[in-house]
Amino acid sequence: MTTAVGADTARKPATMAQALGRALRDAMAADPSVHVLGEDVGTLGGVFRVTDGLAEEFGEDRCTDTPLAEAGILGTAVGMAMYGLRPVVEMQFDAFAYPSFEQLVSHVARMRNRTRGAMPMPITVRVPYGGGIGGVEHHSDSSEIYYMATPGLHVVAPATVADAYGLLRAAIASDDPVIFLEPKRLYWSKADWSADAPERVPPIGRAVVRGPGTGGRRAATLISYGPSVPVCLEAAEAARGEGWDLEVVDLRSLVPFDDETVCASVRRTGRAVVVHEAAGFGGPGGEIAARVTERCFHHLEAPVLRVAGFDIPYPPPMLERHHLPGVDRVLDAVARLQWESEWTEGSAAR
Amino acid sequence: MTVLEQPGAYRPTPPPGWQPRVDAAPLLPDTEPYRVLGTAAAADVSPDLLTRLHRELVRGRRYNAQATALTRQGRLAVYPSSTGQEACQVAAGLVLEDRDWLFPSYRDTLAAVVRGLDPVDALTLLRGDWHSGYDPHAHRVAPLCTPLATQLPHAVGLAHAARLKGDDVVALALVGDGGTSEGDFHEALNFAAVWHAPVVFLVQNNGFAISVPLAKQTAAPSLAHKAVGYGMPGRLVDGNDAAAVHQVLAEAVHRARGGGGPTLVEAVTYRIDAHTNADDATRYRPDSEVEAWRAHDPITLLEDALRDRSLLDDEGVRAARESAERFAADLRTRMHQDPVLDPMELFEHVYAVRTGQLREQAAQLRAELDAEAGEAGKGER
Repeated sequence: MTTAVGADTARKPATMAQALGRALRDAMAADPSVHVLGEDVGTLGGVFRVTDGLAEEFGEDRCTDTPLAEAGILGTAVGMAMYGLRPVVEMQFDAFAYPSFEQLVSHVARMRNRTRGAMPMPITVRVPYGGGIGGVEHHSDSSEIYYMATPGLHVVAPATVADAYGLLRAAIASDDPVIFLEPKRLYWSKADWSADAPERVPPIGRAVVRGPGTGGRRAATLISYGPSVPVCLEAAEAARGEGWDLEVVDLRSLVPFDDETVCASVRRTGRAVVVHEAAGFGGPGGEIAARVTERCFHHLEAPVLRVAGFDIPYPPPMLERHHLPGVDRVLDAVARLQWESEWTEGSAAR
Repeated sequence: MTVLEQPGAYRPTPPPGWQPRVDAAPLLPDTEPYRVLGTAAAADVSPDLLTRLHRELVRGRRYNAQATALTRQGRLAVYPSSTGQEACQVAAGLVLEDRDWLFPSYRDTLAAVVRGLDPVDALTLLRGDWHSGYDPHAHRVAPLCTPLATQLPHAVGLAHAARLKGDDVVALALVGDGGTSEGDFHEALNFAAVWHAPVVFLVQNNGFAISVPLAKQTAAPSLAHKAVGYGMPGRLVDGNDAAAVHQVLAEAVHRARGGGGPTLVEAVTYRIDAHTNADDATRYRPDSEVEAWRAHDPITLLEDALRDRSLLDDEGVRAARESAERFAADLRTRMHQDPVLDPMELFEHVYAVRTGQLREQAAQLRAELDAEAGEAGKGER
């Protein structure tokens, strides 16, 4: 492919927030049926500035400041989708989305099914989610399990700048509703990225192995998504010194779930740890661990472990570092994967 | 010297920048429900409309009776009757243009049928063979909505989207008195007013939310009064007067189509039957109350008005009833046929493309069905 002289195709440092904004802009430019709506998305450009400039470029009819009412925002988006538009809704913070759950669960997720495919719901719900930014109560929840437990929704969480762009474009293009979880604490993470030649990202539902194993003495798979992916990559780096060879699977999509990539990695390594911020009890990790155990039981050298947030309401900001799974907690779990040394016959004989 | 003129007295001043947004008076509803039948205004209604309303009311009453009978015969899982409310249903079904949209709740199958929907398709949800029996685009009727008031923001969004596309489409959303207590009612009306969306909200105040009477539902002077707070006109109409409901809705639809924004209409009516066949209405209301409303029956009101204008005689009444009887017989016959269901369809419409998980589960069900068929085959030999 040749590039026009002067075109800004150079890879330059870009933040995830910028990439998300660019994805919205490009989607709106490519398809007039794409409409952005939410509280503060217009003049202010969103409290995280993700929608910055959209109202100016596309007008207030395409990027609309709504009344402050999440059920109303999502409920009117349903009607807009019924009439052929592709609404992209912003739920300013994770816990602010709860008033919209009835619309989400009773209508957005089911309308295609209810109408035998006659009325698809091509709605993207952007949810800035998760902790680590020092937010006060109701600003740091990880609510993915509620979405995952609702058939009819896709649930996506990018961990890199490139994925943020690619997955958001895919979400907006999808004929199904997509819950797009934006890891708040990665909004300002930077990567070399080209807005005019963004790299291709596979369709929703495909995981990726980041930092594949290099054949070390002890191997394990860290399964993660969104804000915990960088934590896992850091843990993998640190564990190398301890003789561990850790493969990090970035799920990217929780629904649909990529059993294939996850299980291929676990079969290679024989051990797995699931890492996420959401509470562990009834959390995503339980589902993932069960799936891995069902499919890879004979390859496992140790139980699938979970490193999750505590089973507590999200803590106040001055205590959140004790709650969020960090590198040390992941490494502790990895250490606990040395199962055969304690329990197997072979180790007893030694 | 008044108290406020005394030295050091509290002198109220408006906060900076404050000004009243609108004059509330034009938004306020009438003190009495608006009526046409039995008043001088009845003479101005077109004979064609009155006759059409009558035919539909008689057919609608028969439809309600037939559907209720189908629940006793086990053909419908449940039926929320609109007996007594037919005037609202018929007016709502007739008042829209083809390009407009109707947003019904579970009690509003009659409005959908009046709009042209096949009654068997309208009853699919209540029979239980699927969650909706029709393509909403075919007659511009949204799926029957079971959660209360959640269809109202859909109507607002659709009407807003249509206007953005340059189409002069109006959405008419139906809700009950109980539904006005839900948060979605508030959010929908607020969005509609702020966006100036071409929507008409019709509250069918039938007196009860299952068993809870209006007095325990709201302390507002009327449900139509709620419109004022949102900045849209509220109209109060006799919900058993088909000509009045049609006229008020027609004016609201006309206003919305012309860019005048939304209207809230409260139709005062009564649910003659219980909430559904599973409900015992004698526990929460006296027979005398029901009888009083039977005396204010929408069909009687209209027949009297038609006879006054010599637009109807005994022969006309008989013809309308015979036509309704044929309609009921056809519905009965078709509802007595078992629907043909394909269990594999369960996986068909969850997503545009099946996920890997659903492919696995579909294969599992396929195997179970094949095994069942095999067992059944053995039994036959």
